[in-house]
Amino acid sequence: MPRAFTPKVVTANALIEGDVIYLTSQDSWTREMCDAELMTDEAHAQLRLLEASQQVDVVVGAYLADATASDKGPQPTHFREEFRRTGPSNYFHGKQAVASQDGSTL
Amino acid sequence: MYQYNDFDTAFLAQRNKQFRAQVERRIAGNLTEDEFKPLRLMNGLYLQLHAYMLRVAIPYGTLNSAQMDTLALLAEKWDKGYGHFTTRQNIQYNWPKLSDVPDMLDALAKVGMHAIQTSGNTIRNVTADHFAGAAADELEDPRPVAELIRQWSTDHPEFQFMGRKFKIAVGAAQKDRAVLKAHDLAVRIVQNDAGEIGYEILVGGGLGRTPMIGKVINEFVAREDLLAYIEAVVSVWNQIGRRDNKYKARIKITVHEHGLDDIRARVAERFAQIRPTFTGADQKLFADIKAHFAAPDFRKAPTVEFETAYNANPLFRSWVDTNLSGHRAEGYAIVTVSIKKHGETPGDATAEQMRTLAELARKYGHDELRISHEQNVILPHVHKSDLTAVYTALREAELHTANIGLVSDIIACPGMDYCALATARSIPVAQQIATRFDELKLEHDIGHLQIKISGCINACGHHHVGHIGILGLDRAGVENYQITLGGDATETAAIGERAGPGFAYDEIVPAIERLVNGYLELREGPQETFLESYRRLGLAPFKAYLYPEAQANAA
Ligand code: SF4
Repeated sequence: MPRAFTPKVVTANALIEGDVIYLTSQDSWTREMCDAELMTDEAHAQLRLLEASQQVDVVVGAYLADATASDKGPQPTHFREEFRRTGPSNYFHGKQAVASQDGSTL
Repeated sequence: MYQYNDFDTAFLAQRNKQFRAQVERRIAGNLTEDEFKPLRLMNGLYLQLHAYMLRVAIPYGTLNSAQMDTLALLAEKWDKGYGHFTTRQNIQYNWPKLSDVPDMLDALAKVGMHAIQTSGNTIRNVTADHFAGAAADELEDPRPVAELIRQWSTDHPEFQFMGRKFKIAVGAAQKDRAVLKAHDLAVRIVQNDAGEIGYEILVGGGLGRTPMIGKVINEFVAREDLLAYIEAVVSVWNQIGRRDNKYKARIKITVHEHGLDDIRARVAERFAQIRPTFTGADQKLFADIKAHFAAPDFRKAPTVEFETAYNANPLFRSWVDTNLSGHRAEGYAIVTVSIKKHGETPGDATAEQMRTLAELARKYGHDELRISHEQNVILPHVHKSDLTAVYTALREAELHTANIGLVSDIIACPGMDYCALATARSIPVAQQIATRFDELKLEHDIGHLQIKISGCINACGHHHVGHIGILGLDRAGVENYQITLGGDATETAAIGERAGPGFAYDEIVPAIERLVNGYLELREGPQETFLESYRRLGLAPFKAYLYPEAQANAA
């Protein structure tokens, strides 16, 4: 039996900075997972991934990551995505150090 | 140490210019990532979890003060103020921007450094005994051989696109400090009964998914045959090594599948073919290289001041007893500077610390520094009369931790805090173990004990050869840590044995504490190290400490 599709976000790394970014429903990229588009339909998700991957001069290594809905927007379900959206645990570097600002889209 | 000649400098300038153009084309969108990736990897540039990572080669772990100052400059100017020394004696920067990397490489080139062949399916940075040129127990300095191999393998046309990477290490001492037996190929400098110097060649060692101990393929290769012999080995493997499965592509699997005798015969045949093409240019080159590694002018001076300080200051004494090793020159010592302050990230040095180390090398260390695969920094030639000054400067830079070879001198790979391949974190586990044993004030009592931690099966943290190895895995979406015991990274190399079921992230540190306490109860006395106790008693009694509940249930 094929596995049921679980909700996803499109994520990638930014070409220049290399940091983690997510695709929004507005077709822009955000550095905050909670602003990402959460996709519950598999065909739609595949299409969005394809569109994202084609932006070769903006992003690197786009893929679909599992996420769940919450009132604060999509949240990671796996610890790897938790680290990606937060930053390393040995230093206060990466995303956690960048004060979250509105409009931090690319 | 080796100084670049005009050819080397021009070669590097050319490579950097090429890469700058490639980066520009990538940013302009004229190269896709698929096209760009192999190009950036050839120049040591990875994409990790949170950012790019630039891995800079430190050939056989040797550098001078100007080079260390440049590493500090890179950390400060283009990164977040620090760098990470790795188990391959390299340094990694965790936060460079793609657009800055060409400038970083140009800065490195000014001091004869680069990031070439720190990635990709090539012959990687050659490693060596980090006490090379200083150790009391070495036959000769192994670095000229390492440099010869580096020059031969750099941009070698036959070996740029192999089935997998190939790692070479060189040693020349009784003690193996370079983990020779865990390398695809290792060169051990030896002397035969006639008193001639030659090379024992080991092949097929490696860690990763299928750990193997290297085997002797040739007991004595004559000096002038070395490059031809190594080329024959790499060439045979490059031809018959498996390319259908990445996990079976390393030479250890080729040796395992074909058998050592078969490989030996093929190498002998290939060697006979190619030996005539080595017409002596390599020997001339070797003679030139050797001149670069002439020993410094060791000086003579009284050491009374050192002895007085040693007797008067218990902290200094503890550092001397723990961090110093015997030097071949009278009155000198090898200083291992711990980059493992309790609670800090193993192998991470700040730009200021790097500058302190460079300054110490300039002032007191004949301008030489080494990086060890154990992620520490070495001042190989310090006269004993300078040790108090060195110690004072290290204290000011918080580099004076007296823990070399002890339980908090942990090897830890970057793990899931940085590495895209990781299945679990390793750094915080190392930090917590070190902090815990520091609180217990037990580590000098425990004595020599090597803990090595990897964040995935690739084993960059050498967990298989740790007396205690810890491997971080992803078990059904949570971090889980598997323990192996009895591994050994030296001339008596051994792969550790799996102790049993893994531990959750919050259980691993208490488990290690139980295990070490168990050892303290089991040992015959302070003179018996953890590894010796383990070898005497086997796994069972240690298991009882790791899994007390299982024990209780069985009773
Ligand atoms: S062992 Fe795994 S997690 Fe650690 S650095 Fe190597 S590839 Fe990354």
